[in-house]
Amino acid sequence: MSALETEAEPTATSSGFMRSATATLQHARYTFAENPVSGIAFALFVVLLICAVIGPAIVPYSPLASDTAAALKPPSLQHWFGTDQLGRDMFSRVVVATRLDMAIAVFSVALVFAMGGVAGIAAGFFGGWIDQVVGRTADTIMAFPLFVLAMGIVAALGNTVTNIVIATAIINFPLYARIARAEANIRRDSGFVQAARLTGNSEMRIVLTQILPNIMPIMVVQMSLTMGYAILNAAGLSFIGLGVKPPTPEWGIMVAEGAGFIVSGDWWIAFFPGAALMLAVFCFNLLGDGLRDIVDPQRRT
Amino acid sequence: MLSQIARRLLTALPTLIGVIIVTFLLTRVLPGDTAAYFAGPAATPQAIEEVKKKLGLDRSLPVQFVSYVEALAKGDLGASLSTGQTVVKDIRTRLPASAELTLAGLVLGIVVAVPLGILAAVRQGSWIDHLCRVVATAGVSLPVFFSGLLLVYLFYYRLGWAPPPMGRLDVFSTAPNSITGFYLIDSLIARDFETFRAAFAQLILPAVTLGMFALAPIARMTRASMLAALSSEFVRTAKASGLSTRAVIVTYAFRNAMLPVVTTLGMVFSFLLGANVLVEKVFAWPGIGSYAVDALIKSDFAPVQGFVLTMAILYVMLNLLIDILYGVIDPRVRIEA
Amino acid sequence: MSDTALLDIQNLTVEFATRRGTVRAVEKVSLTIAKGETVGIVGESGSGKSVTSYAVMRILDRAGRIADGTVSFGGTDLRTISEGAMRDLRGREISMIFQNPRAALNPIRKVGRQIEDVLIEHVQATSRDAKEKAIGILRQVRIANPEERYHAYPFELSGGMCQRIVIALALACKPQLLIADEPTTGLDVTTQKAVMDLVVELTRERNMSTILITHDLGLAATYCDKVIVMEQGKVVESAESTSIFLKPTHRYTRKLVRATPRPGITLRDLLPEEIATPPIAPAPVALGGTPILKVENLVKEYRRQDASGGLAKFFGRKSDQDTSAFRAVDGISFEVGTGESVGLVGESGCGKSTTSMMVMRLLDPTAGKIVFAGEDIGTIPARRFAGSAWRRRIQMVFQDPTDSLNPRYTAARAIADPILRMGEDTGSGSVRTQVEELARLVGLPGNLLDRFPHQLSGGQKARVGIARAIALRPELVILDEPTAALDVSVQAVVLNLLQDLKATLGMSYLFVSHDLHVVRLLCDRVIVMRQGRIVEQGTAEQVLEAPKADYTRELIDAIPHPPV
Repeated sequence: MSALETEAEPTATSSGFMRSATATLQHARYTFAENPVSGIAFALFVVLLICAVIGPAIVPYSPLASDTAAALKPPSLQHWFGTDQLGRDMFSRVVVATRLDMAIAVFSVALVFAMGGVAGIAAGFFGGWIDQVVGRTADTIMAFPLFVLAMGIVAALGNTVTNIVIATAIINFPLYARIARAEANIRRDSGFVQAARLTGNSEMRIVLTQILPNIMPIMVVQMSLTMGYAILNAAGLSFIGLGVKPPTPEWGIMVAEGAGFIVSGDWWIAFFPGAALMLAVFCFNLLGDGLRDIVDPQRRT
Repeated sequence: MLSQIARRLLTALPTLIGVIIVTFLLTRVLPGDTAAYFAGPAATPQAIEEVKKKLGLDRSLPVQFVSYVEALAKGDLGASLSTGQTVVKDIRTRLPASAELTLAGLVLGIVVAVPLGILAAVRQGSWIDHLCRVVATAGVSLPVFFSGLLLVYLFYYRLGWAPPPMGRLDVFSTAPNSITGFYLIDSLIARDFETFRAAFAQLILPAVTLGMFALAPIARMTRASMLAALSSEFVRTAKASGLSTRAVIVTYAFRNAMLPVVTTLGMVFSFLLGANVLVEKVFAWPGIGSYAVDALIKSDFAPVQGFVLTMAILYVMLNLLIDILYGVIDPRVRIEA
Repeated sequence: MSDTALLDIQNLTVEFATRRGTVRAVEKVSLTIAKGETVGIVGESGSGKSVTSYAVMRILDRAGRIADGTVSFGGTDLRTISEGAMRDLRGREISMIFQNPRAALNPIRKVGRQIEDVLIEHVQATSRDAKEKAIGILRQVRIANPEERYHAYPFELSGGMCQRIVIALALACKPQLLIADEPTTGLDVTTQKAVMDLVVELTRERNMSTILITHDLGLAATYCDKVIVMEQGKVVESAESTSIFLKPTHRYTRKLVRATPRPGITLRDLLPEEIATPPIAPAPVALGGTPILKVENLVKEYRRQDASGGLAKFFGRKSDQDTSAFRAVDGISFEVGTGESVGLVGESGCGKSTTSMMVMRLLDPTAGKIVFAGEDIGTIPARRFAGSAWRRRIQMVFQDPTDSLNPRYTAARAIADPILRMGEDTGSGSVRTQVEELARLVGLPGNLLDRFPHQLSGGQKARVGIARAIALRPELVILDEPTAALDVSVQAVVLNLLQDLKATLGMSYLFVSHDLHVVRLLCDRVIVMRQGRIVEQGTAEQVLEAPKADYTRELIDAIPHPPV
């Protein structure tokens, strides 16, 4: 039987896969053409990616090198984004910070994707006590204003970057678990799942071959949408002094450092990291919307 | 109706118990040394030992939990090391400031977002629709601490229209007699219009900051649910019956569209109460958010714990309120309850 | 154009802007309706029959527009009058009732108030006497306790009751023309009869004109004076309903007429003359041996769930539960002989689907036996049944061909699934060869095998579902309303396919359906269910020609009887 399987599956699915891939690609091209904003978001995403990967190698100054002679200089040709109170080059600091901010967001979203996805699918598909436990856990987390809970978690677990990642993952857990639960639940007794039962698939196999592939696109869209929120959340925590410690370049803490200078008119110290943060979040939100249009045109809002 | 509300109050109990357990766990099951946290950073080993005894950390977890709940029941959240006051007293004096700010932000958000969302849906594809989409996406992308600073720079430093971002009142005004704790209302009650004006001037920027943040999800949801309602079959029936555009939009589409919006308010509150902490820090607003942030920086743990618990209880109650409001609008929930 | 025409449509063309450019949904449609006349517009999905009526009412959605033609109502050109004037006509002069009556009503407004809204809008009542008048109208549509029902919300009323409310809304202002768009689709046959009788009676009483839009030629011919047949946006035939079944002239009408199940015909008669082949002689089976399936005292009980469960769950709370039990299936016994087709008939909620799910071993019974090939398979829990050797011997064809196919599997992959999971190496070639053989058997062109469900038509998807079910040559196949989601001409083909397959492969069928005509065509014996119990069973002729139970008689009477 296994021999048969290997023989038949490629013929049955590979051409089909190619076809679906090209169809998706066409649809993606159509979506981007119709909605140029998504195209801009994608370009922004590429810029962010470049900054995150090779940022430290391309910046003109060391992000930590202070030069008191050049302190508090407004943007100029030498210092595109100006300098802070210690004379550090803001442009270099903003670019270098990309990696840390993105890393926090990516790791926390990956973590919650795994936790929430597994828990939600199990709850939605198997129901019973698993559903009760997952539901109760999600409810309890949801009973807190999420940012406040994140503050409490970081305060309790200790003031480190890792704990910011964990806290961000935890507060997003209910969202992922609920979406995965709902999607698994509506498919649990759908015709094609029942049909799969009739063709002798075990429940576990049904989850892997019938439920998971159909839920995946929705979850991926969710990932893209929560990336922005994760970045905001992490930056907010470091803005109030949690997690990242100075002088590490990170957008939230840089805005906090520049906040005191706003009232005296030195706007650039807070402005550029804040603007970078905003653009990054904006980019992920737009990408998420664009992805949703591609994956599920009916849910356009 | 009353018995239904009572029943709903009962359904909030498990959630409250969950909240208490989580805050307990957050404080007691730390990887670090809890006693050291509570004793503060400058404590001697003896002081830590003492705190450990006082908190009962040498006893088993269930026993600790019981005494924790007992203390809670007595309204004892411990004392703040930095202010020297009990946490309950600190929070009580600072809570009205936070509540006034949050509510002002929410009201601003709703007042702008709901009409915007409705117009966007009714005139789908028009400029107002595009505006709504931009606002909705940009609004959720704005870090509140950043937008707050931008507003300060623009309206305080550049234009000089707003007072410095330093709390609820400028130095020349005195706080009105506390009745509601809301300066705007208290000053009106006292017919002290000068103070009202001063309090209003201080409130406007932080409230707008919060409002901009709140309006995005509300506008988005209003637009989406309004679109769904407008394309629903019962709106088609209403149109086919020749009802006026106003009746179709208001009585038929809008009331149905409000149901998901009311549900969204729960999420909006969650965002707002969190964003509130950041905005309070930017505007040196003397609320419980900035209180908690100050305590966090000083590793003064009792206020942080009290703050998290207060916020959670507040939020549970707000959700309850939303739940009841939903029941008032939707007969399906009302009758089945 | 006669001068008595109330509605006169000439060369109406409606276009929709879609992603793939402009699509013509209605093309050069002309029709007239005289005062007091009842006209049926009949067509399959996509024929443009509903769009025509929306265009008359000018309630096309944003993408649609009237591209050409005139619509004249009582001498007024509806295309040129202002939106305000049009709005004034809607509800007062021309009214409409819709499919899915519950969704057609505002869910959070009392039904009485919704009627008042229309009355007050058209100045038929003032706020003082509106309530009284609304109650009067409720009484006219035969709603018992109208004073009480005035305060009801749609979710508190049954589907048939909701349709009466929608009719009340439509007739509140005594319009001259009523457009009924699939008013009984989705309603049970007895409810359908009650609703249609009411509409006819009320419109006759008021000398109103009526347009009945339906996919059911039989229904239209029964209730209308004239029938107009539409295909792909065009009118192909217009005839008196007394003659449409007897002398259909257009090729498409002939096909529709033939495909409509009716008494006194065989399955082959449903197919167009040109493709109807003589029936296949059934494979010889030893009838009268041990029955393949024997169900004894089967019971399924559910705990009554609080109806607010959905919302309570949304807020993550458990609602209080009513502890009383509800018996969906209440102690039924029947047999399916080897090589026999048995029809399980009843209206929605009678327990027929629950029964089929239990026999299928997807659902565990509360009590009773399910004896398959001499073994009580009811004792194997549904959760473990997929792994048992019995699984391949009982298969099912599902109601909704779209829902029953994994959107990420190609047709070939879907058909191959049972072979890959449960097939034995029979040496009959590779899986692909077997899939191709099955596709040939169910008449699915081989070049469609690599397509995904969304690239296939309804009939093609149904074929994929059937191929999957018969892939392992099961002994018993349960057909759960396999044609309910299909157009009537496709239904004719699929029913014939099922019968041929049974004859070729020698399977037994348990056919679950709400449609007595269809059951008669395919089944040897019929079981009629109501409220979880069997009210009658016997041979198909016996039950349909000489029903013993009152309920069966009621069901048969409710089927539209077109003048043949």
